[in-house]
Amino acid sequence: MAQAQVQVKRLPLAGYEAAAHAVKMADVDVIAAYPITPQTNIVEELATMVANGELDAEYVHVESEHSAISAVVGASLTGARVFTATSSQGLALMHEILFITATARAPVVMAVVNRALSGPINIWNDHSDAMAERDTGWIQLWALNAQEVFDTILQAYRIAEDNSVLLPVMVNLDGYILGHTVEAVELPDEKLVKDFVPSRPLQNRLSLKTCYTVGVMGNPDYYYEMKYQAIDALERSADVIKKVGEEFGEVFGRRYKPLDLYYVEDAEALLISMGSTAGTALAAVKRMRKRGEKVGLVRIWMYRPFPVKELRDVLKGVKAVGVVDRATCPGAIGGPVFADIATLFSNDREKPLLRDFIAGLGGRDIRIEDFEYMLNKTLEAAKTGIVDKICDYVGLRW
Amino acid sequence: MAQLFKNLKELPREEYLASGHRMCPGCMSALAVRLILKATKGNTIVVTPTGCLEVATTTYPDTAWRVPWVHIAFENAGSVASGVEAALKALNRKGKTDEKPHVIAIGGDGGTADIGFQALSGLLERWHDVVYICYDNEAYMNTGIQRSSVTPYGASTTTTPAGKKSIGKPTRKKDLVAVAVAHGIPYAATAIPSYPLDLVNKVVKAMEVEGPAFIHVLCPCPPGWRFPEKLAVEVGKLAVQTGLWPLYEVVNGEYKLTVPVPKRKPVEEYLKLQGRFKHLTQKEIAEIQRYADELAKKFGLGPVG
Repeated sequence: MAQAQVQVKRLPLAGYEAAAHAVKMADVDVIAAYPITPQTNIVEELATMVANGELDAEYVHVESEHSAISAVVGASLTGARVFTATSSQGLALMHEILFITATARAPVVMAVVNRALSGPINIWNDHSDAMAERDTGWIQLWALNAQEVFDTILQAYRIAEDNSVLLPVMVNLDGYILGHTVEAVELPDEKLVKDFVPSRPLQNRLSLKTCYTVGVMGNPDYYYEMKYQAIDALERSADVIKKVGEEFGEVFGRRYKPLDLYYVEDAEALLISMGSTAGTALAAVKRMRKRGEKVGLVRIWMYRPFPVKELRDVLKGVKAVGVVDRATCPGAIGGPVFADIATLFSNDREKPLLRDFIAGLGGRDIRIEDFEYMLNKTLEAAKTGIVDKICDYVGLRW
Repeated sequence: MAQLFKNLKELPREEYLASGHRMCPGCMSALAVRLILKATKGNTIVVTPTGCLEVATTTYPDTAWRVPWVHIAFENAGSVASGVEAALKALNRKGKTDEKPHVIAIGGDGGTADIGFQALSGLLERWHDVVYICYDNEAYMNTGIQRSSVTPYGASTTTTPAGKKSIGKPTRKKDLVAVAVAHGIPYAATAIPSYPLDLVNKVVKAMEVEGPAFIHVLCPCPPGWRFPEKLAVEVGKLAVQTGLWPLYEVVNGEYKLTVPVPKRKPVEEYLKLQGRFKHLTQKEIAEIQRYADELAKKFGLGPVG
């Protein structure tokens, strides 16, 4: 491609603006959303773009999140490229429809500006909203910064609408920390974006030409197979996600992989995290590296489908692994990500020792010192072979 | 102006709801849908919430629908239909398709008046070009005859059973059309399959208007109301002739009776055919007669005689 024609803009944008710009550049046809803090700015930004004629889309001002997801599923099944966004209670209100979105194979893209679930009511960041929906059959991608918010939404359309996938994609960005923080974001050339995410082909949709019946009654003789089709598609979507991440790198210069790895080669202890806090965790890793401690960090970008092979490859041979969970599974051993990591090696004789660190619930700050504590505790397990506490509530005043 | 059907012979011969579906014998909801689809001449995308109609017409691998059809869940036909309509609008405007089917939502009384009430209100208020039709069999028939907000006063249902201390449902039927009209929509109507020409022409008018339209279709239900299947059409006629189900339309807020009833029959003639009312004493029957008299006064029906 001719570099001279390429116009890259570098703008100071908050995560919500980055999200709206990606939706605009993907030229979506239908947006339906209900405002909720801290997602609000995304849908306000999009409303402004539609009002100013910058984005030619139908904007459906639904009366609830339940209707938001229902409307975008209806629009998506009719062939439109769709977008919605929500947070916390809004996502919980969508719950039942999320399962149906996946099995109806509607390629919906939704931004979730992650916020704690009530109660008590709290508008600040943690991951309890998205984690409560991890078994709904959606692809889940988790952004590190505003640039990743933009990039991930563009990729989400390619992934969701891929004929071998046809599944909804949830793009997660941490409330306020990513949503409202202004960073330098590179907006690529529009022509390149159009080539990367062309219009959604009109196929497999409700049309007078096809007369499809969508959303049938699946009794015991068919339900299982119908459900499994969506499970199978989710598992197989990993290859498409990786391919799209590679291609994105070739076109735009930023390669995306299921995992982001920092200082893992010789690490004795690794910390696993998701979302924006990986930045703070990395600062802690760097501090400890300066002191000669062999610690490293794994950040999960692609959480569903779960990157089993990639995680096994990187964690194999590591003495101890600490997991940062920003959500809880009350009454269980640890948080949701810990449970996933724990299953990775369940049939292996040799396996890393595991610790879980619950942190940052309801927007409680996770400081560099907190990550140093987690890394030290994990390192201690690596050195002594003893895990004194499987699940540690970091930063809890108790 | 909408081209109205002069008689039933003018309806398309095509059956858009295929026979062999699993709706009950004598089901007036099935008859209503059959007529509604004929009125569309097949140029429609239908959205249906969970309910009898959905369950009994789409048991995989069978489908009775010869028009595009979608069901997502129970409480969201209004919002799914909004999305379908918005998609068609956007895709047409952006030159991606030139298909312009009428979007029609067909929901039961539960999916419309109760659990789907909010989504319906949203659809009407946002002015989507959708025809929403409620097939009202006056209880949650799909789950086994539980009361809904449009179950009539005195009806025995499985959750308002008649008993020593119960007359059946103690409250009146919710006036859904009035609720729809309160949104300022251009067209609303009542209908019943026992008056098929009235029903199909209301569907035609509803499709014709720009913006939302709402039709409330009473659908007698043999197992739910407990009457013999062969009486289904007759029971529907009696609902109209006793004044309990006046047939009218509301065009831009103006109410107009479409099937005059110069001489009403006493409500007892309607009630006595149905097992759900058989426990009623003269006291409750008098109360129901009073209700019919109120409706008669409101809609301009004739006296009992």
